Amino acid sequence: MAESSNAPAVFQPWRDPNETPYVSIERVTKKFGEFVAVYELSLEIYRKELFCLLGASGCGKSTLLRMLAGFEQPSSGRILIDGVDMAGIPPYERPVNMMFQSYALFPHMNVAQNVAFGLKQEKLPASAVRKRAGEMLELVKLGAFAKRKPHQLSGGQRQRVALARSLVKKPKLLLLDEPLAALDKKLREHTQFELMNIQEQVGVTFVVVTHDQQEAMTLSTRIGVMDEGELIQIGTPTDIYEFPQSRYVADFIGSVNIFAGKMIVDEPDHVVIHSEEAGMDIFVNHGVSAGPDADVWAAIRPEKMHISREDPAREQNCVRGIVDEVAYMGDFSTYLVKLESGKIVRITQPNLLRGNPDRILWDEQVYLHWDASSPVVVTK
Amino acid sequence: MNQRRFFVPTAMVLGFVFLYAPIVSLIVFSFNKSKLVTVWAGFSTQWYGALLQNDQILQAAWVSLRIATLNATAAVVLGTIAGFVIARFRRFRGRTLFTGMVMAPLVMPEVITGLSLLLLFVAMEAALGWPAGRGFLTITIAHITFSMAYVAVIIQSRLSDMDESIEEAALDLGARPAKIFFQITLPIIAPALVAGWLLSFTLSLDDLVIASFVSGPGSSTLPMVIFSKVRLGVSPEINALATILVAVVAIGTIISGIFLARQRRARERDMQMAKADIAD
Repeated sequence: MAESSNAPAVFQPWRDPNETPYVSIERVTKKFGEFVAVYELSLEIYRKELFCLLGASGCGKSTLLRMLAGFEQPSSGRILIDGVDMAGIPPYERPVNMMFQSYALFPHMNVAQNVAFGLKQEKLPASAVRKRAGEMLELVKLGAFAKRKPHQLSGGQRQRVALARSLVKKPKLLLLDEPLAALDKKLREHTQFELMNIQEQVGVTFVVVTHDQQEAMTLSTRIGVMDEGELIQIGTPTDIYEFPQSRYVADFIGSVNIFAGKMIVDEPDHVVIHSEEAGMDIFVNHGVSAGPDADVWAAIRPEKMHISREDPAREQNCVRGIVDEVAYMGDFSTYLVKLESGKIVRITQPNLLRGNPDRILWDEQVYLHWDASSPVVVTK
Repeated sequence: MNQRRFFVPTAMVLGFVFLYAPIVSLIVFSFNKSKLVTVWAGFSTQWYGALLQNDQILQAAWVSLRIATLNATAAVVLGTIAGFVIARFRRFRGRTLFTGMVMAPLVMPEVITGLSLLLLFVAMEAALGWPAGRGFLTITIAHITFSMAYVAVIIQSRLSDMDESIEEAALDLGARPAKIFFQITLPIIAPALVAGWLLSFTLSLDDLVIASFVSGPGSSTLPMVIFSKVRLGVSPEINALATILVAVVAIGTIISGIFLARQRRARERDMQMAKADIAD
């Protein structure tokens, strides 16, 4: 692909006004009887993106994926892939392939036959089919397993067969339904990177559905967070994590402490939120687009809070509490601290010293404090 | 504890004796030398020899075998289509009615089925001239109507256990629905097809009531011949014939059982795979 001279160094086609979207979902609604699975959803995905649809189960993300694949037809709205309206085009004629959550390997065919199945439908000569299927098996490092049946493979190997099978036809768009959910934790982490590598090698646009926020954070160029059939925020992993636009997103991605409060000072460069829940005024050193006296919520990530026995003697953003619970996780520890208002706050601290004899324990009185830049203020 | 250890095996032995003593005595007396069924006079296989000379019985056996084969084949085709529709086409008008109608022959008394089919055939002959008379064809059609229901149940249960995304994956990879049915669905449910065929075969071979209603001259099936002979008194020849039938049915049942067990194992494997896949 020819890069224009002013192309950004980072892959961010959605910021480039000259880019045309590769997949356009335009105000798509899907109803099953009375139940609305997807509501008025619009989304643009660009070439070579790895886009994650993230949401709790039942949020409509799988339905959206199935509409892209052609297994479901939108009740209204339209879907364009590479400029072509997909309405009425059956799954077997779409330039789209899907990797299923259950992998859906054909149990009566061996690995090579599974991978070659898609190519055989195109009536290619047998030698070309064999060559291409062989290449795909090499790509997923399963060349030695070509003659095995699916039930003779481990979960990770089956996952790779499914990936090879769905990539063999060089689709314009690859849909992955919970691609890693079936693997154990260690293998999953390893496979995440492998999946990204393969995506870079083949240059196919990926749309991944997942409920695992950590998976979405690692894999994606952008994440779309879905709730009740609607996309509530689209952004890069950093955007979604550091600048959530709603309590739902803040809470769904990672863990967070949310303090309900009222805006008492509203200046362009700082705001102050009076929170009964925190038993204090929270000072935030950036402006927020909400009127004075508005009901707002300040969200602070556990790792962005500090905990100490001594009073840090700060004027702002400091509160006292009693340690309620300590969880040692190895690389870091999680503290649950009960504030005087009764609210429980979660703080994580890295364990920088080995076997620290001076670490904070249960029932100690502690001070929590944070930078004025740490809270994110959301209005919904 | 002790009592139970004694009671359970005894109950089991008594149960088996109750169920199988008649069949065992039938088999034993088929090797009896005497013409009297109740008196043992030494071992002999003469009645099996006599059986081979009996044209009436041989002809009836040949009719029965042909009907059973034809019936099983047609029932598997139709039953598979019906089972596929019930399992895969979730939403169509009249689905509940269709399902009920397909399954109804399973619970319908045989006498009713036989009588209603007889009336139908008579009426059809009067109105259309087909089927002309009653005999081989009408018995086969009658057997297909109830065998099909059994096959539909077997196929439907196998299909609803099968991961539907396998068929979707084939669709996604560019195969058309008809091709998927023959290249993906049928091979996966093949053991169920074999089991359905064998079950239909034995059902047809066993049937007396329905066949009696819809048969005509010259098309007596084996169970009909046995039944009419027994009314004139039980002969050792019939014992020999019954022994052969028991053997055939037992072999059919065992083979179909093996296929069903293999299918169950495959299903368990599928489920384990699915479980391992879903397990976080």
